[in-house]
Amino acid sequence: MFRSHIMVCGGTGCTSSNSEKIIEAFNRELAENGLNEEVKVIKTGCFGLCALGPIVVVYPEATFYSMVKPEDVKEIVEEHLLKGRVVKRLLYDETSQNDTVTSLNDTEFYKHQMRIALKNCGRIDPNNIDEYIGYNGYEALGKVLTEMTPEQVIQIVLDSGLRGRGGGGFPTGRKWSLAAMNDADQKYVCCNADEGDPGAFMDRSILEGDPHSVIEAMAIAGYAIGATKGYVYIRAEYPIAVQRLQKAIDDAREYELLGKNIFDSGFDFDIDIKLGAGAFVCGEETALMNSIEGNRGEPRPRPPFPAQKGLFGKPTILNNVETYANIPQIILKGPKWFSSIGTEKSKGTKVFALGGKIKHTGLVEIPMGTTLRTVIEDIGGGIPNGKQFKAAQTGGPSGGCIPASLIDTPIDYDNLIAIGSMMGSGGLIIMDEDTCMVDIAKFFLEFTVEESCGKCTPCRVGTKRLLELLNKITSGNGTIEDLEKIEILSKFIKENSQCGLGQTAPNPVLSTLRYFRNEYVAHIVDKKCPAGVCKNLLQYRIVEDKCRGCTLCKRLCPASAISGEVRNPHFIDTSKCVKCGACFAGCKFGAIVKE
Amino acid sequence: MKSLQELQAIRDKMKATVNTRDNQNCNMRIVVGMATCGIAAGARPVLNKFNEEILKRDIQGVMVSQTGCIGVCQYEPIAEIYDGDKKTTYVKLTPEKVERIVAEHIIGKTPVTEFEIGEVKE
Repeated sequence: MFRSHIMVCGGTGCTSSNSEKIIEAFNRELAENGLNEEVKVIKTGCFGLCALGPIVVVYPEATFYSMVKPEDVKEIVEEHLLKGRVVKRLLYDETSQNDTVTSLNDTEFYKHQMRIALKNCGRIDPNNIDEYIGYNGYEALGKVLTEMTPEQVIQIVLDSGLRGRGGGGFPTGRKWSLAAMNDADQKYVCCNADEGDPGAFMDRSILEGDPHSVIEAMAIAGYAIGATKGYVYIRAEYPIAVQRLQKAIDDAREYELLGKNIFDSGFDFDIDIKLGAGAFVCGEETALMNSIEGNRGEPRPRPPFPAQKGLFGKPTILNNVETYANIPQIILKGPKWFSSIGTEKSKGTKVFALGGKIKHTGLVEIPMGTTLRTVIEDIGGGIPNGKQFKAAQTGGPSGGCIPASLIDTPIDYDNLIAIGSMMGSGGLIIMDEDTCMVDIAKFFLEFTVEESCGKCTPCRVGTKRLLELLNKITSGNGTIEDLEKIEILSKFIKENSQCGLGQTAPNPVLSTLRYFRNEYVAHIVDKKCPAGVCKNLLQYRIVEDKCRGCTLCKRLCPASAISGEVRNPHFIDTSKCVKCGACFAGCKFGAIVKE
Repeated sequence: MKSLQELQAIRDKMKATVNTRDNQNCNMRIVVGMATCGIAAGARPVLNKFNEEILKRDIQGVMVSQTGCIGVCQYEPIAEIYDGDKKTTYVKLTPEKVERIVAEHIIGKTPVTEFEIGEVKE
């Protein structure tokens, strides 16, 4: 019996800032103080507030310590655990204002959130199957296998209105019923954990924090469509997620929650992990299946759709990690509960990886229909350094940007498509006034050019030509006709590419062109980058009256492009300047300007 | 796992764990003073006894927490029980007294007056 639990975040973010050492220190200090029989240390998954990691939460009080260092552990043990005095200096600022301790659920970061897919993340020990069961784990599977027919399961998923969380938003129940209708000697259930969008880490965090929820849901899906075999396709760059998922599968097998005759119902199901090598295209369903089969990760034409001929030519369903994480709770709480959350056509919640120019980077789960403003200003804590919000990018390289004028748009599948972006898997990158929108479009396009598998020409050659046009513009050689060329080429790539990668690759370009055309024009006509990002359009200049001749810039310049004598105004030779910005950042008198 | 009963058995076993983490919104809070004076007077066995009793009797919605010095060191070990906005302060506690407090106050909703601070004899 432990009177207190210390939860230490063991997600990838906190692990890389030393949470393992914190756990060791806790165990050592507890033993020294004779508390190791009373207080238990647990390594959990992600709490979401990654910007303030490493995070430590002490139960039963749910005291939330942020940015904990191994050196702080002794104080927490001796003060909080031995004497019951909360260590105020380590509390998350918002929970300790006005000398009172606020509950975590009442903080701005958490109070607008609703955790369904992330329910257990940070709450349980992901390596302990008993803890998952303690929080009603595998109850949904038990209920399905002992009380329901496959048709009833599919009906519940249909009624819930759950749509695919990987990006496309296809109704999950429809996908299942299509696969269930096709007769075959073998069917497959696959899980797409090949999370590849830059800045997205929702799926990783779910697998790290609550791997059993995905296993349980896959078994439920297997029962619903008549499959006995499942595969989780996960990238090898996620070592912690892979290791915890493997442990979870092993434990589930030991408890006979995977294997033969589960719950004495005659239903057999087992899961294997397939590691991906990190190719972005393998997140596309047909390429993913090719890769599982051991073939080159290239998409194949659809139809036939996976529900008819998928993995190894058999009927297959493929859902994203987050989609699965919702399933057990839909079964337990009922489709009405789930469909009461969200908007008319987008039910439930969505997890977003909040990143970029925002105070609270991290993982947030919000009901569908929450506005972007709430996410940025309330949950995210606003833009740091007093800068202005300029745009948010959703959907990664397949999505588009939402300009500041549309900040009050309720986030759901259809609204995002209507404004030229998409839900995507859930990367949400916030940009401030210092971001050049042409440069951002270029960044995402560089990614797709790199990741195009090369099978079809519109994607392989088209994206490359599109990138060349953008490079032409950012280097100051663009013409106004190029904008029209970009639009024609983008349309062509979208219409003629074989898979989703190419079909969506021009989106970042098109959406920035739609909302920030004036920036493109400024690059082309005025040969200026309004945000001061594109190096070729930038010039650094020293304002003579402000320069005191301190020689600092001259010493900082790596290219010896600055000349001038002590106490006399200095001068930048633009032909030598490499535009590194060292002088600009170093000048104490604000005498250097970027234009 | 061959039956729902087996699953239920594991869930029962994990009840204490779940309770420790899910009791933030409960109505009743037991706070044991764990400053140096309290610990020296034997607060730790008192704290542990509260936890044991609550688990043993399967009581839901009660949080057992600790605090620093309550201020009347001569009466330690001290525990305060918050029931909604009503506060009861028990002094000079022992594990045996805890057993009665749990039975009569926590379950029976009748404070054990003779252990309260107002009744204490020097």
